[in-house]
Amino acid sequence: MWAILSILVENKPGILFKVTHLFRSKNFNIDSISVGVTENPELSRMTITTYGDEKQIAQIVKQLDKMIDTVEVRQLDEHKTIYRELCIFKIKLSNANDSMEINKLANAYGAKIHDVKKNSIMVELTATPDQIKAFEELARPFGILDVARTGVAALQRSGA
Amino acid sequence: MAIDLVNKMETMTGGKALMIALEKEGVKEIFGIPGGANLPMYDELSKCNIRHILARHEQSAAHMADGFGRVSRKPGVCFATSGPGATNILTGIATAQADSSPMVAVTGQVPVAMIGRDAFQESDIMGMANPVVKYAFQPRLPGEIPEAVRKGFYIAQTGRPGPVLIDVPKDVQVNEAEMTFPDEFKIRGYHPWTDPDVTAVGKAIDMLLAAEKPVILSGGGTIISSAFAELQVIAELLMIPVVTTFKGKGSFPENHPLSLGPIGMHGHAEANKIMTEADCVLAIGTRFSDRSVGTFEEFERRLKIIHMDVDPAEIGKNQTSTVAVVGDVKASLRIMIKMLAQKAIKKTEETVWLKHVKETKAYWKENLKIHPGEMGAAKILRKLRELLPHQSIVTTEVGQHQMWASLFFDVIQPGTFFSSTGLGTMGWGFPASIGAKIAKPDVTVVDIAGDGSFSMTENSLATAVLEDIPVIVFILNNFSLGMVAQWQRIFYGRRMIGVDQKNCPDYVKLAQAYGAQGIRAQSMDELDRAIKTALGNDIVTVIDIIIDPEEDVLPFVAPGTSLKEMVLPS
Repeated sequence: MWAILSILVENKPGILFKVTHLFRSKNFNIDSISVGVTENPELSRMTITTYGDEKQIAQIVKQLDKMIDTVEVRQLDEHKTIYRELCIFKIKLSNANDSMEINKLANAYGAKIHDVKKNSIMVELTATPDQIKAFEELARPFGILDVARTGVAALQRSGA
Repeated sequence: MAIDLVNKMETMTGGKALMIALEKEGVKEIFGIPGGANLPMYDELSKCNIRHILARHEQSAAHMADGFGRVSRKPGVCFATSGPGATNILTGIATAQADSSPMVAVTGQVPVAMIGRDAFQESDIMGMANPVVKYAFQPRLPGEIPEAVRKGFYIAQTGRPGPVLIDVPKDVQVNEAEMTFPDEFKIRGYHPWTDPDVTAVGKAIDMLLAAEKPVILSGGGTIISSAFAELQVIAELLMIPVVTTFKGKGSFPENHPLSLGPIGMHGHAEANKIMTEADCVLAIGTRFSDRSVGTFEEFERRLKIIHMDVDPAEIGKNQTSTVAVVGDVKASLRIMIKMLAQKAIKKTEETVWLKHVKETKAYWKENLKIHPGEMGAAKILRKLRELLPHQSIVTTEVGQHQMWASLFFDVIQPGTFFSSTGLGTMGWGFPASIGAKIAKPDVTVVDIAGDGSFSMTENSLATAVLEDIPVIVFILNNFSLGMVAQWQRIFYGRRMIGVDQKNCPDYVKLAQAYGAQGIRAQSMDELDRAIKTALGNDIVTVIDIIIDPEEDVLPFVAPGTSLKEMVLPS
């Protein structure tokens, strides 16, 4: 199963290393990771997505919670959570129509177009990982030259 | 308040602040070795009342601190310099972490401005130590030292204990700052104690009462929490047999009628037998290590598990429990006792199960084959037990002798037996015995050793002799790396390689070379005299006991198999 973990940590040097090291040493995988300071400058929020069975995920949460530099560890229910990832694609333009087609596709996904060149175009998409994957499938026939992804950022909805 | 604060503020160097902070924690002894990057703190150590005990290798310094910590249940302190000093101390830190031992290791580091420049004797010890410490501090300003020490000691000894590293750059030791020594502090993400859930304890009682074949499995947590009396009360009230893990060995008196001894790879036959037959286990302060339970899936089959542990992350890590009680095991057991008293539960009638347990125990006492020779391990260790006062502290090295000690040396007074059980660090026992003797100078301390393991830290003889720390090293000498030799005999078709140590060195002469007493024992009479001589005077003594290199440790549960598949002596 895919899990979104939201981890509030002390905003100090070396914490990202400790968290990722824990995943490595306990034989867990990191699917994506994003980090940023919170409204409280003493704390940062890490959002980590990972795969594992229920038991493994529970164990990851416990091991993270055990870390002294983690203040709060929560597994987020994806149905009660806003979670998004920003992804930038550089897509090849081969035919005269390609630019228009990609524009249409971008519109359908609410993505922005950047850096339109003769042979390539860049698309900025903020969406769920599933939507990004779907977009990627549709963009692949044009030829994807490069991709950069931020990893998921997530917050639980109020009252959820 | 304001005046108080002003009084507390004083300008001093980081090194001096470190020593004051350590004194405030009650530190009386430091085990260590000085070097370039920790000279400033050593200079301050020379001016204060803390005793320095010079080790001859940083790994040994850490093991000494570890032994001190396990016996006193307060953090042992060790010092090492940067670079190789710090990397040498790592094995000792990892050993303490694996066995949840309280320790504060203080390393010197190159000056802040030199960090990252591959300076002389620079090592990224913060990075290297991360997975084997409970926590690590690297004060970058002298003023950060008092709080790092205060928090470090708190973290090391609360909840599930463990080692804390404080890495102090040289300039941070030298530079001055206005110091405050905080009494109070906050660690936002650290909640070491959980109040045990009373409902869960109630469920645990119901399960134990409903079980037909209950057993108690006591782990190292019982010893760390010093919950000996509580364990005994519960076992006796409910008339439940007690097995232990190897780390929990001696958490319950091994001469008690309900005691079956340790389970596991080299567990007692009766303990493994009863463990595999049980239908419900009260597991106290154990992490269900593979060496204790064999294959995880086989162990938890048919078994209802009640798991008490201070570390929530241990619940469900290796075994699925039916009921979990998170909290200090002593507190949890006390709640259990209270509830049993309220319900007026006290069993007096011997069940079919208990009768079977006693028969099994009697059978193995009668029928376990031991080495037929005069100098077999069982006879040697029983002789030691016969002559050694019950309150004596025993440490062990790692190897065959360790497992023979598990099988044949009964711990009568709880909490007097210590071993490197998790990491299995050869060379641990002797320096740890030195630390133990510092913690409890009035009791006899014996390191049950093998020649292979002892040779890894034998130069700690210098420390024991020069610092007058009279411990006894009890070497079961088979002139080989015996456990490896046993595995080569059993699993690798007797293709022996890299295990023959021959009679090198001569341990009697080696002891004498260090100024210790060396005695060789080649017969039971000689052994009897040797032990009595060692106990009769306060001199560091090495007893070199010559045993059969072909003797195996049996029974034996092969790795990756279940406790049911125990190999017995033929």
